[in-house]
Formats: sequence, C-alpha cells, structure tokens
Amino acid sequence: MASVKDYGQYETAWCPGCGNFGILLAVKRALAARGIEPRQILFVSGIGQAAKAPHYLNANLFNGLHGRSLPVATGAKLANPGLTVIVESGDGCTYGEGGNHFLAAIRRNIDITMLVHDNQVYGLTKGQASPTSGEGFVTKTQPEGSTSAPFNPIGVAVAMRAGFVARGFAGMTDLLSDLIQQAVIHPGFALIDVLHPCVSFNRVNTWEWYQERCEPLPKTYDPTDWNAAMAIAQQWEERIPVGVIYRNARPPFTERMGRGPLVGQGVDRDKIKRIMGGFL
Amino acid sequence: MGRNEGNCVNVVIGGEAGQGLVTVGQLLAKSLARSGYSILVTQAYQSRIRGGHNTFAVRVGIDEVMAPQEAIDLLVAFSAETVPLHREELSARGLILADARFNISDDACLHVPFEKLTAERYINTAALGVIAQILGIDQEVAGQAVQDLLGKVHLDIVQENKKALEAGFGWGKEQAASALHLPSVNKPPQRLLMNGNEAIALGAVSAGLKFYSFYPMTPSTSIGISLAGWARELGLIVEQAEDEIAVLNMALGASFAGAPSMVATAGGGFALMVEAVSLAAMTETPVVIVVAQRPAPATGLPTRTEQGDLEFVLHAGHGEFPRAVFAPGSVEQCFELAKQSFYTAERYQSPVFILTDQFLADSYRTIAPFALDGTPPVQPWSTQGLKIEAPYRRFALTDTGVSPRLLPGLTEHLVVADSDEHTEDGHITEDLSMRTRMVLKRLTKGEGMRSEAVPPEHLGDGKPEVLLLCWGSSRGAVLETAASLRSQGVRAATLHFSQVWPLVPEQFMGHLQEAQRVICVEGNATGQMARLIRQETGFHIEERVLRYDGLPFTPEYILRQLEH
Repeated sequence: MASVKDYGQYETAWCPGCGNFGILLAVKRALAARGIEPRQILFVSGIGQAAKAPHYLNANLFNGLHGRSLPVATGAKLANPGLTVIVESGDGCTYGEGGNHFLAAIRRNIDITMLVHDNQVYGLTKGQASPTSGEGFVTKTQPEGSTSAPFNPIGVAVAMRAGFVARGFAGMTDLLSDLIQQAVIHPGFALIDVLHPCVSFNRVNTWEWYQERCEPLPKTYDPTDWNAAMAIAQQWEERIPVGVIYRNARPPFTERMGRGPLVGQGVDRDKIKRIMGGFL
Repeated sequence: MGRNEGNCVNVVIGGEAGQGLVTVGQLLAKSLARSGYSILVTQAYQSRIRGGHNTFAVRVGIDEVMAPQEAIDLLVAFSAETVPLHREELSARGLILADARFNISDDACLHVPFEKLTAERYINTAALGVIAQILGIDQEVAGQAVQDLLGKVHLDIVQENKKALEAGFGWGKEQAASALHLPSVNKPPQRLLMNGNEAIALGAVSAGLKFYSFYPMTPSTSIGISLAGWARELGLIVEQAEDEIAVLNMALGASFAGAPSMVATAGGGFALMVEAVSLAAMTETPVVIVVAQRPAPATGLPTRTEQGDLEFVLHAGHGEFPRAVFAPGSVEQCFELAKQSFYTAERYQSPVFILTDQFLADSYRTIAPFALDGTPPVQPWSTQGLKIEAPYRRFALTDTGVSPRLLPGLTEHLVVADSDEHTEDGHITEDLSMRTRMVLKRLTKGEGMRSEAVPPEHLGDGKPEVLLLCWGSSRGAVLETAASLRSQGVRAATLHFSQVWPLVPEQFMGHLQEAQRVICVEGNATGQMARLIRQETGFHIEERVLRYDGLPFTPEYILRQLEH
C-alpha cells in the first residue's frame, strides 16, 4: 500500500504561496488513498509551471512539448493500458497550444485523467493573457486588456459529453483530492479543471477572489443530468460551482478498440506470411 | 534509344478518375505477374475524385523491368481525350485501343464495339479481355484475377464480369493483330505484386511494428490503409489522429511505453511533426518516420512525385542530434529498409527516416517473396529483466551514448524522460556541465549509426567514363540508362545511395575519383544530393540531371538530358 511519503518531497521552482502547492499535495494524497504505487503511474506533462509538478513526486514521467501531452498520453495508454495515466499541465498548454488535442481526447474518451492547473494567466513567461483570462484582463502584452472572450473548458467538455467533468480549487485540497480519486478510477476521459491563483502575475483572480466564489455543489446535485450540467457550466462571476459537474458511462476508447496491451506482444510470422501470400 | 523494345511492352491506360482504370490496371498487372512476367507500374493522377485525366501505365517484360518507359506500345483510351494527350508517345509499332463510339480517326486505332460486346458497366472488363488477348495472356489467368480481386467485394457481379472478359478475348482474337504478343514464360516463378508503400507496411510489421498513427496525406496514406487492414489479425493499433502534430507525439507516447511505432506523411504533414522530431531525439525515444515526397512548396502538386525534401528531412528539428535517413530505390528495398529502420531506431533510441516518393509509393512491381525469418523483430520489453541498480537512470552516460532503456510500469524502477535538458535520471536540469555531457552523449550515438551505414551500391565499370550518381526511387531509371549507354559503347557505372545519412565518404570517394565524369541524377531543381556530397567531402559534382516537373525519371529523359 502506497503512502503519501512514497511519493516523495522535492524542492520546487514555484513562487511562495503558489496555488500549485495545494494541487501537488492533493495529487499525492489522492494516489496514496487509492493505494496506487508510483511505478504503476505515468504522468505526462507539457511546458509551463504546472507541467513541472510531476517532477516533484515519485512516478514515471514523460515531460514533453508545450501543448502536446494529450497525444503522448494517448499513445502510452494504448501501448500499455495497465498504466494509470495522468496528464498534468496548465490552461495555456491544454486549452491554447493543445486545444485540438483536448477536443480529440474527449471524442476518443481515452482512459486518462487530465488535470489542468487553471490560473487564467501564463506564469512561466511572466504574465501574458491565457485562453481562460477574463475579457479586459490587462497584462504587459495586452496593455489595453484581453480582447478575446475566455474559453470555458467545463462548458465545452460538458457540451461534448466528456466522460467525467469536474472543477476543483487549490484552496480546497480535501475536495480536490476526492475529485482526483474519482477521476483516476473513472473508466474514460476525466477532466479536472483546477482553479488556483498565480501570486506573481494575476492580480485579479487572487486567493481571495476564488475563495469568495468557489462553492461545492450540493449533495443533491445529480452529475448524470446533462441539462443541469450545462447550466452549472455557465455559472462563473458570482458563484463558481466546484465538484463533479458531469459524468456518464460511455465505454472508454481502449474497450471499444478491443485490443490488449501492445507492449509484450510478439510477432506472429505465420500470420505475416499469410498476409504476404495475399500479394501473390 | 538503344533499348531493346522487343523484350518489353508498355501499356498505358488513360481515362478520367472514377472510370475504374486503376481496377483494370491492377487486374492486368495481376494477370501479367501470375503469367511470369516482370512488371512496373507508374500511376499518374490528379488531385480529384472524379474527372481530370489519369493514367495507369504497366511496363511488362520477360527480364526484370526496373523503370518506366515513355514510348507507349498499347494506349488504352477510356476517354476520347486520352488519344490526343498521348498520341505523340506512341511507338512505331504502337496500337491504340478505343471505344468505337469515340470515332477516333487514326490508322493505329483499334475501334472496339464495346456496346455490342457487353453492358456499359462491364466495358472495363471487356477492355481487359482485349488487352489480355493482344498481349497473349491466358484467359483463365485473367479470369482468376477478376475472381480474386472483384470476388471479395462484388461476388454477384463476378460472373457478369467474366462474360465481359470472354467477349473481349473473343473480339481480340478475331480483330486484333498480335504484334505485341509477349513470349510465354514456362513455369512462371512465384511473384508478389506489391507497391512501395505496401512493402514498407509489410517490412514494418515483420520488424515488430505495433502502433501506427496517421493523418491522411497523399502519397503516404496507403501505408495506413494496408496496416489498418491487417490491424485486427496482427493485434496492431492504427489510429487516425487529429493532426500530424498529434500523430508523431502519439507515436512517441506509444514507443515510450514499449510499442514499436511508425508514422508516415508527406512534406506538409512532416512540417507539422518537426517539433516532435526534436522531442524524439531529446527523450531518446525510437520512432520510424516515413516521408513520402511530393512536389512542394506548400500544397504543391499533391499527387505527383519529387525528391525535393532531402535537405528538409536532414535538418528537420531544432537543435543538434543524430538521425539516420534511408531512401529505398526499389520495392524490395522499401521492405528491407523499413525493417532496418526499426532496428536502427531501437538500437540508437532515435528518430529514423524513410524517404520515399509518390512514384515509388504507387509503383506496383513483381518481386520475389520476402524471407520473413532472419533478424528477430524489435521487442523493447525483452531487456526488462536486466539487473539494474536503483535509482534507475534512463539517460545514464555510457561510452556508446546508448543507455539501458526500461519501460514504464514493467519493472520496479521509475522511468523519467524530459524535453528539457535533463540529468541522467531524466529530471530538468540547468547544470551546464551536465548539458555538455548530454549533448555529447546524444551525438555519440551518431557514431554508431555511421559505423552501420548502408554503403551506396556501385554497379558497372570500376574506372568508368560516366558515373551516374543517384539516390532513392530513381535507381531503376538510372540503372537502365547505364545499360543503354553501355550498349552504345560507353563505359558507364552507377552509384545509388539507399541511405543518404549519415554519409561515410570512405565508402564512395574512390568511385567518384575513378570516374572521368560524375553526373548526379535527382528529382529536384537544385541538386540537393550533389550539394550534400560536396558539403561532406568537398567533391563538387558539376554535371546534374534534374527533374522537377512532377513526373518520375525515365531512361529516355535521362538520355535526352545527357545528349544536351
């Protein structure tokens, strides 16, 4: 049985007070609670401060290119479905650079967990607007304010009937840990958009801003009700609902594909010989 | 042209897309192959589903046919337009075969009354009967080809097609001259009829391919079609990705987790993959990348051929890292080098390229069946039993630059890879001395690749008057050109590169120095291979025969250029 200690404790490149710390803690707690050994897990991440998170715990890791973690994770999961695959990256990486892969992963319903550190700003490059920045969000590169409407990841995922759609908040680590546990055991694509402040570059969406708004969904809420989920997905400014917003039981990609693991499968030369015979 | 036309017949079937000329061409090719002849198919088509004017050319002979031929001996016109478009290429003994209703006024034309022979929908098969009769193919062999090819999808109409075939044969017997009759082959050897893309697919699965991702792009798509057709039987996963960026990243993920992986695309799609090429190099993840060239820039001529992406593939990817680039010159080499690519990729944990092109991709040829035993397939999981001390270091520094590769989840060790510069255990580092060591580690693998480079194939006189240098798909046309020059009394030799990187000058400098004239033959406008050889050796090849009009090299084309 794995414990939080098995996942290690490492020095990070994050600013003091960063929301990433809460997410990292919730991840370790969730994996320990599920009893998953580090060697059974493959993290795949992109580029950005969030994408560094898997370097700060013990697990297998492929830290790839900006925006491209979902296709890498998809290939790895198909090669070895026995791995618990978790993708961890930021809002810019996932919804901006990797937007097409986000849509495709939902359509495939590939059995992986997508953990998005959503702080509504680019941190590593020192404060430009991100796809989830609010309209009018002022930065050094958008001095007159961001002129694009913010991307609504929850709304898009629910509209596409993604297998599991949740929103977390780095300031509610117990709830977040619970969401991660549910996502990891969900058979299919599981999105958790985790709100957290960037203490260095986002002066609008601060700890206080999120704390005032984030509110767990009531126990009576039914996440299998798609229409209700669509309505919840639109709530933002005054109240931001946190929890499992939508889920369904669509079979995951690997199951529909009907293949076992690719890794470890030998080559059957008689079958290839038969195929070659078809060219005679 | 000094070529022995008596041994070969060049049949060109022309018509609009959607008229079924490829089906007739394939049936003809199958019938000829099974009758024991050597054939070579050249397909010229436009980027459209219906209409336009396409050709399916089958050059057939008793001896090995290696190149396409321009002069047409039998022009089969499925549309009236075919005749004016190709009349000039008709040889002295050439025949035109056209529907009587086209009213073609030409002494060389056989007017076939197709409407009297069969119903409109079976005209193609009746035409096959006439062609087969003219060439001297046995009716039973042609009938079996119809049964085998059409029986799979159209079982109900096989009988009707066979009747049409018979009608065609009957008309041919009465009406058609037999000047193009091929001498019959006793005891036809077993021959596969296969194109370059099919051979790459077959080579890949016999080398251990388990994962293939793709985004459709001519002329690479048929590799995926072959693999998708075999996927269930062989337990492969063939996945159409959302774009080429995803294609290569997905293949890297699969390979990292232990599935031998390949992707294929054309220049434009490869442009999108380039960042991930660099990722493969940095994370030392094996992958085979097929680039099927077509004329560019941008969308270019989507369905035509060119050898314009040599420099692109050589330099693709930011940063410095080793790679191997193969360039098959025949369908057999497509199979062999696809296998070799998997071994090289696995041994050096690196991206490995196969540079092919539309001509070779679509060119059906008769070849001897491949030996499928021999080198065992790639099995990255077979090393998992290695005794490795914890903590495992995925990028351990070694003399060869190659580190023991474990797969995530299969051992007690953790496997960490990073696109950032990293420590031996795969984590991000800004330690600049580690940086230089890691650069050298990666480059050292290139030394190993260099020591295993396939030497260029030198054929002909050791001290030739003319040495024709080429690479990739132009091999056959160049070999036939040299044979033609020899028949004119010229001491000619050829030097064909089936691996264009790494180049090992010691393997070929002697041949360049011994020749009176060296002429580089390549399918691009600027002489990229000649430039590469100069860069690597200082040897300047002044004379070039270049082609960049979208068509493949023919011996006639090369000889015409040499006369200038």
